[in-house]
Parts: sequence; C-alpha cells; structure tokens
Amino acid sequence: MRQSNLYIILYAAAITVVCGGLLAFASQALKPLQDANVELERKQNILTTVMPLTKGDDINALYAAKVKESVIDFQGNVKEGMKATDVDIAKEYKKAPQERLLPLYEFRDETDPSKVNNVVLPVYGFGLWNDIWGFVALQSDLNTIQGVSFAHKGETPGLGARIASEEIQDRYKGKSIFDADALESVVMQKGEGNDYSNDPHKVDGMSGATLTAKGVNNMFADYFSCYKNYLKKSSQNVSQNL
Amino acid sequence: MSTAVAEVVEKKSEPLFSKKNKKLITNPLDIDNPITVQVLGICSALAVTTQMKPAMVMAIALLVVTTSSNGIISLLRNTIPSRIRIIVQLAIVSLWVIMVDQLLKAYVYEVWKQLSVFVGLIITNCIVMGRLEAFAMGNKPGSSLLDGLGNGFGYGLILLIVGFFRELLGGGSIFGFKVFEAMGIHYQGNGLMLLPAGACIIVGLIIWVQRSINGYRETH
Repeated sequence: MRQSNLYIILYAAAITVVCGGLLAFASQALKPLQDANVELERKQNILTTVMPLTKGDDINALYAAKVKESVIDFQGNVKEGMKATDVDIAKEYKKAPQERLLPLYEFRDETDPSKVNNVVLPVYGFGLWNDIWGFVALQSDLNTIQGVSFAHKGETPGLGARIASEEIQDRYKGKSIFDADALESVVMQKGEGNDYSNDPHKVDGMSGATLTAKGVNNMFADYFSCYKNYLKKSSQNVSQNL
Repeated sequence: MSTAVAEVVEKKSEPLFSKKNKKLITNPLDIDNPITVQVLGICSALAVTTQMKPAMVMAIALLVVTTSSNGIISLLRNTIPSRIRIIVQLAIVSLWVIMVDQLLKAYVYEVWKQLSVFVGLIITNCIVMGRLEAFAMGNKPGSSLLDGLGNGFGYGLILLIVGFFRELLGGGSIFGFKVFEAMGIHYQGNGLMLLPAGACIIVGLIIWVQRSINGYRETH
C-alpha cells in the first residue's frame, strides 16, 4: 500500500500542505514583529553615525526629536511631498545615478532649528558576495565624516563582515570626502595595520577582505557623486550665511 | 509501593540512559564523530569557524535542527513511502530551518543578523540528512532524539576546537577577547588561519591526534 502511486501523491500533497501552512502562518504571525525590528534598526543605524547610543535609549523618541527626513534628486533639489521612508534604496540603487531618488536625514540644532548640525546620507552597494549598505554622517561643513555605519547581507564572517563592526567604522571618523572642490571620497586601502591618520582620504584596510573593501569604496564613490550637487549647493549656502 | 510500580514500568521499556542509549550520545563525540570519522558537514566546518562565536551559534542551531528533525522523521518513519523519502526528509528539515530563522528574526533580531546566513546553510548540512537516512528512518523516536543530540554535540565539539585555534592564531582573540593584547604581547594575525585552508589543516590535525589516541582505522 505504501508503494502505490496514489499513496505517494497523497502523502506528498499532505506534507506540502502541512509544511506550507505552518510556514505561511509563522511568516504572517511574526511579520509585524520583524518589520518593527527592521525599522528600529534603520533608525538606530542613522542615530549611531552621529551620536553614541547607550543601551536603554528610546530610539524612536530620539529619532523623532532630532531627525528631519527629506528626499532630494540628483540635482540636489528637494522633492516635495515625498517621504524618505517610502524610498526603497535597494531599488533606487539599480537605476542610473541621475534618476535616483535620494533620501536625506538632517540633524537639526535643538535651539535653532534652521541650523543643520549633521547630514546623514544613505549609501548602497555590492560587496564580495551580496549587497552592502549603510549611512554616512557629515559634519556641518558637509565634508568631514562624523561617523559611518555599515551593514551587509552575506559578507564572510570574520573577514568582510567586519565592516559591520565598530572597530572598522571608527576608522572613517574625521576623514574628508572633498579635496578643495573636487570629490575625492574616502578609500579603504589594501592590507591592514598601516597608519593613515595623516591622509584625510585613506583608511586602513581589512586583512583578507580586500574585495569587500573595494565594494565599500565603489559604494562611497557612487553615492557621494549622487549627493555631490546637493552638498555643493548647501555648503555654499552655509558659507554665505557665515 | 510507588517505587515498585516504577520499577515494573522501567522493565517494560528500555531505560532512557541504558548502555546502548548512552552510546548514542558518546559515540559521536569520539569514535563515530560526524566530522572527523563520518566526514560529514565539512563545508560548514570550514565556513563558520573563523571565530568562536558564529561557530558556537552554528553548533547550537544544528543541534536543535538535527534533534528535532530526527524526532519527527522517526515518528513518521512507518508512513513515509520509500520512493520519496529523501524529499520528505528535506521538507521536514527545511521547515525546521525556516522556523528557527523566522523566530530568531522576530525575537532576537541582533542574533538573527549574525546568523541568518549560517542557519540557511543547515539545510545543506550533510549531517542532518545523513542521520535521518542512517538512523531515524529505522529507529524509535526516543533513540532518534538521542542520536540527534549526540551528533549535534559531536559536530559542535569539533567546530569549537577548530574555531578556537583559527580565532586564536588568525586574529589573536577568543570570543572577541584579545588574548595576546591582554598579556601585553603584540601579535600579528596569521592570515592562513582565516582562510578555509587553515580549517582544513586544523581538521586534519584533529583527525590525526584523535586516531592516534583511539586507534581507529579505516576498514576497506
């Protein structure tokens, strides 16, 4: 009986329905919790590029108080009526740089809301195995890096995955992306253990993860050139106001 | 009175920790180790052992999956048609793996971020399918659970040993704690240890040491 075709077909169908049903149920039941985690992580990643967070901070409240979201285009003009949370960076990344919608997160001064203390730019690219992304916070000169945060989908643990660690991210602090007027970006070098503290456009590399570093470098060059028009325009405004 | 009743029950069914059942746990740790003797699960042993933390988490995740799939397949073993048994096993294993992944993502997001890649790898881990096919298809659920536990421990033991040496020699740390720095010694990490080749060498050395101690020989 256990070898009859009918039994086999029914058995396979039953297994499929039971497994599929269980998975669909789990996925639906857990989705709100998972989405909340993803959203919280996004806010946390934006905040950590600018300020140190300690355990127990109310991330949602901090974010609401400090961050003003907007969306700009390649020319640096603000797209009115668009919300940064509606922009899917992973999708925009696939378009030509001139056509991308670019989210922008401004940290306004608490006493003088017209003053922007920090600007956080999202970046997106491809590492060695899969997508990598992150946020770069610039100081009010729109040139010096205040902090960065990186995340990745599938870089090698212990090698490329180190981009998600503070140790690597701290190396970007204080570096500059412009050299006078020209966009220089910040480039992670090959080899580890070298001192680049005197060079504003170079950071120490990751041993055994040169290809992930290349991905980060490409991601920076790509996205800084996207935001270049905006940064130029705004920094002129800043210097005029001074 | 009550003790007498309990004894009768024990005589009827085999006690949980009989000699035979104990062996199900202890054999995979040494003379029947899934990695060094059965030579299963080598690829994940190379992939996740650059540091001890992912190695340990992978070991725990595999322990959960292999034990629970062993149990379920053993319960179903008399109903599974033999012509499609592999695909049924695969479906059960995948079900567990995805469930573990989803639960981690919902409740311990930080852990999930680190692990998601490895948890997916468990589906392809030969140990899980190997134990289902070699043991759970022909044995009762109780012993199948023990067999799954034993092999999970045996796998985890080797993973931790390999991870210990790779992280120590490759990065100079253990569980992220910089050992050499704490002792005041400057240590230049050995890059070979971080590459899969480093794991191959260490697994080879472990097999050598293990076989020279227990005298195991391949039979042809």
